[in-house]
Amino acid sequence: MSNLSLHGLMALVISRDLTLAMRRRSDVLTTLIFFVMVVSLFPLAVGSEIEMLRKMAPGVVWVAALLASMLSLGRMFSADYLDGTLEQMLLVPQSLSMLVLSKIIAHWMLSGLPLVLIAPVLGLQFDMAGDALLIMVVALLLGTPVLSMVGAIGAALTLGLRGGGVLVSLLVLPLCIPVLIFGTGAVAAITDGMSAAANLSLLGAFLLMSLLFTPWVAAQALRISME
Amino acid sequence: MAINWFKYSAPSTFYVLAGKLIPWFAWPAAILFFVGMYIGFFVAPTDAVQSEAYRIIFIHVPASILSMIIYLVMAGYAALGLVFNTRLSSMMATALAPTGALFAFISLWTGALWGKPMWGAWWVWDARLTSELILLFLYLGFIALQASIEDPRRADRAGALLAIVGSVNVPIIYFSVQWWNTLHQGSTIKLSGTSMHIAMQQAMFTMLAAMWLYVITVALMRVRSIILERERNTQWVADLAEVKQ
Repeated sequence: MSNLSLHGLMALVISRDLTLAMRRRSDVLTTLIFFVMVVSLFPLAVGSEIEMLRKMAPGVVWVAALLASMLSLGRMFSADYLDGTLEQMLLVPQSLSMLVLSKIIAHWMLSGLPLVLIAPVLGLQFDMAGDALLIMVVALLLGTPVLSMVGAIGAALTLGLRGGGVLVSLLVLPLCIPVLIFGTGAVAAITDGMSAAANLSLLGAFLLMSLLFTPWVAAQALRISME
Repeated sequence: MAINWFKYSAPSTFYVLAGKLIPWFAWPAAILFFVGMYIGFFVAPTDAVQSEAYRIIFIHVPASILSMIIYLVMAGYAALGLVFNTRLSSMMATALAPTGALFAFISLWTGALWGKPMWGAWWVWDARLTSELILLFLYLGFIALQASIEDPRRADRAGALLAIVGSVNVPIIYFSVQWWNTLHQGSTIKLSGTSMHIAMQQAMFTMLAAMWLYVITVALMRVRSIILERERNTQWVADLAEVKQ
């Protein structure tokens, strides 16, 4: 363990988180079912006019994805915090930021990626066209990691607090608004006959920027919370 | 002469200083408020397009400007507290947050009152309204996070980190919302001169100064309460005349 390389450590953390999640599959499935359920509630609430649903679809999917990712944020650090693993992780000689990044990657694979994969099916429910579906998936693929990364900061700050689950949404949702705007904007651009390139480029920029800063900020937040 | 710049960074000395400073900010704030109101309601002419309803800008514009400035000042103090571990800076950040949230709320409320006669709707999803609303959310998040952490040291540091992340995000949010939709009238006051009547300008700047002084006054009052609350077990608090009574 002492001469473990950085990549080895990252791979270890990711595979450990994935294994733990696979032993308790219900956690992962709950988030996914929540996502599907929220999206399916919209036609029931606003009516089944296909023209309107087609227009609403990207927004509904994005808002539901945002809520679903908030739902799973509480799990990112809390189990490790409760059983003391997190304290040991803070003592690891390698960079804590990279360790946090690995946890973020694992979290995204468990909560973000399933949403991206199931989104086209939901899009079909809303009668979305093929090219719009494709753009929506690409936008989700670029945007959901940002949600996990920004969410990690909120999860780290609210670690171990009473009512942390609601609080984390309160902190993180406003910060995710740009992702929501350009994620839905990409699909809207395609359906209006324009290019989605600008929106997708911005989402990519958000992704790169979050990749640079959020692991470090979340690591600082963890240190503050664990003192 | 060597000045001890750090003398007033200790809560015990700043508590006394703040107590002495408060009247110097409170009275000018009150006087300027009445002067500004007088100019705004009795001197400033009726607007050609918006008639009398425009007068709400004398509250609306200073409140909006301050709600944004307070966030930056708050984040600045929070960052100081985080980097240099100065307790007083973190207390100032905590003291500023409720006033900032109040001003963001006032700005939204007066904006709705103005929007109804002008746009025919209480609320429109325009870029500036929306970003002001998001600013209010950011304030509420900061207050909620600090309120739910019991250890003051952790509350200070966690709040500081959130405020810094928020202030990095504010321009991103602002421009993304602006791209998303724009209906609000552009800024009338620009650096290259203005299209405003001189009395309107006077009223607005007087009100801005009044509110600015008000913010300083209440921040100092609130920081005094926070100091007392956190230092309640120390000897200097027990020795205070107002505590002994």
